[in-house]
Amino acid sequence: MLRIQNLHAGIEGKNILNGINLEIKPGEVHAIMGPNGSGKSTLASVLAGRKDYEVTDGSVEFLGKDLLDMSPEARAGEGLFLAFQYPVEIPGLSTVNFIKTAVNEIRKYRGEEPMDAVAFLKLMKEKMALMDIEKSLLTRSLNEGFSGGEKKRNEIFQMVMLEPKLAILDETDSGLDIDAIRIVANGVNKLRNKENGILVVTHYQRLLDYIIPDFVHVLYNGRIVKSGPKELALELEEKGYDFIRNEVNVEETA
Amino acid sequence: MNTIELFKERFNQYQAGNGTSGLGTIRQNAFDAFNQMGIPTSRHEEWKYTRIGGVFNQQFQIPVSQAGTSISTFDLDALRMPGHDRANELVFINGLFSFSLSSIRSSGLVVLSLEEAAGNEYKDVVTKHLGHSSNYVKDGINALNTAFLHGGVFIQAKRGRVVEHPIYIYNVVDGRSENIFAQPRSLVHVDEQAQVQLVETYATLGAGESFTNQVVEVVVEQGAILEYYKIQNDKEHTNQVSTTHIRQLGKSHIHTVTISLSGRIVRNNLNVILEAERCEAHLYGLYFHQGQSHIDNHTVVDNVKPHCLSNELYKGILNDNATGVFNGKIFVRQQAQKTNAYQSNKNVLLSDNSSVNTKPQLEIFADDVKCSHGCTVGRLNEEGLFYLRSRGISEKVARSLLLQAFAADILEHVKPEPIRIHIERLIAERLEFV
Repeated sequence: MLRIQNLHAGIEGKNILNGINLEIKPGEVHAIMGPNGSGKSTLASVLAGRKDYEVTDGSVEFLGKDLLDMSPEARAGEGLFLAFQYPVEIPGLSTVNFIKTAVNEIRKYRGEEPMDAVAFLKLMKEKMALMDIEKSLLTRSLNEGFSGGEKKRNEIFQMVMLEPKLAILDETDSGLDIDAIRIVANGVNKLRNKENGILVVTHYQRLLDYIIPDFVHVLYNGRIVKSGPKELALELEEKGYDFIRNEVNVEETA
Repeated sequence: MNTIELFKERFNQYQAGNGTSGLGTIRQNAFDAFNQMGIPTSRHEEWKYTRIGGVFNQQFQIPVSQAGTSISTFDLDALRMPGHDRANELVFINGLFSFSLSSIRSSGLVVLSLEEAAGNEYKDVVTKHLGHSSNYVKDGINALNTAFLHGGVFIQAKRGRVVEHPIYIYNVVDGRSENIFAQPRSLVHVDEQAQVQLVETYATLGAGESFTNQVVEVVVEQGAILEYYKIQNDKEHTNQVSTTHIRQLGKSHIHTVTISLSGRIVRNNLNVILEAERCEAHLYGLYFHQGQSHIDNHTVVDNVKPHCLSNELYKGILNDNATGVFNGKIFVRQQAQKTNAYQSNKNVLLSDNSSVNTKPQLEIFADDVKCSHGCTVGRLNEEGLFYLRSRGISEKVARSLLLQAFAADILEHVKPEPIRIHIERLIAERLEFV
């Protein structure tokens, strides 16, 4: 469903991604790991369409369409979702109003009728229970004054409300305690089925104890330098990223 | 003949007819002051960024009576604001108060012509407070209103009474056959322990140019509570200088919200003088202008006595070639220890050609006070925009949501619900075209 080929991208003239190749098929969960500065968040941002980043080469195909050619809202309409590493605080915009607008804008994009208030409320209640979210949180301004954990839970709550085909989680685990990680993972696992894809971007393998990946990729210097089964995450955790650095440096000098 | 010469001619005719009795002396003094100060130019410190002189070069009629206007209740119906069926409605036509078009529902309310109030039991109140704004607004425009003091209104919320219905004040200009220079004048007396809500709005009928030079002077006595809302959404060819001057006595509370959405030149002077201990004042403002429009909010908060609180938040959105001015002065006088005074002005510019000049000023002469002031000017939050778009919300809707969110913490202070919904709708309509 997602095919990234030779993707080069950067910001303000500085190259960050230096030829990424990655394919995600329906039903697969991929994890991208890597040290700080390896380009993990850049990859997530480029896929979601953040305009600060410039794609200099390569292509990304999503469900048969050219993803890079689409506006951020069209990407969401096609079924892409990015859970932000740093969700934005918007004072004055209630979380409920925001999610309701998003749900109906996506329906509009797909040529569907807007969801009526009753159906929306029913859907919301169901997903609130799943994500252990209080109603009071949703009537507050979007992310304003939320704790780190509340922000991340709110991201995954939005995800389960919007039911994307491909979800990208950008360091969703950072700053979360173990209970919050369980709740977040529970939400993500509910999305997991044979049609949907999930891309987990993380620094630590901790989250991968709860969201078991089918494939693990190691990103280093803007390239995927190693791919493997879920055990690779454990190996990284044990040996640290230095072992990747050494391996890559050896290859490059060889 | 330009408008200034016309003023001089009219004034002489007018004084000849009305003599110097009663308000005549006040008028004469104000006219002398007008002659001395003239129309402010950009050299006037308080008019640096608002050029008003050009408007006075246009031809205007200066109505001194209701003759020649034929505003019907039908015309008025089109201007009425939501909730009017449960409000007291006061109507000015071309700056002159119209008793026949007004309706008073609340028994806690006294509404008289200023001339009448100046001659009866309210004489002391009128003498004490009428014209006090000239101590703070030192320019020929304020003097001009007083020089033509006529057809004004005296409004009193009676002592100890809660005026249960809001007072809607319609400032209507009949520009259907000519350009009109209107000068509405009010003196509002909120007597001890009384409570009242005022909502002012402005409308010009027809295609004529209009200039409304309004002065509203308000006294909020001991323990009284005032809410004052001003909604400026008149046509593109209308100009306005609107002065609201509020004197507060002990333990009184005031709450003002100024909403400006259109007009060619709109200048607001809002003065709040906390003259006794333990007064509280909340000043909110939202301006959202576009096209060639100019909006200028000058506010003064004068803390004279100890233990007062003032809080001020003005927010602005400017698009196209619109220009804005915010000038907020806070004085804390030597006696005014334990003052808490806060002020903030935040602006969003939506276009390359829009601009704002913002100047927060604090002058503190006491040493045990808490004060803060600040201002920001920026673009719409790009990160917020991307966040909303990444959830499938189109750019247009996302911008609209962000601007509504920006305005929300002003609008939430508009307490009468029909009025708040009315303003929210006006803003939503505006956002359709941003």
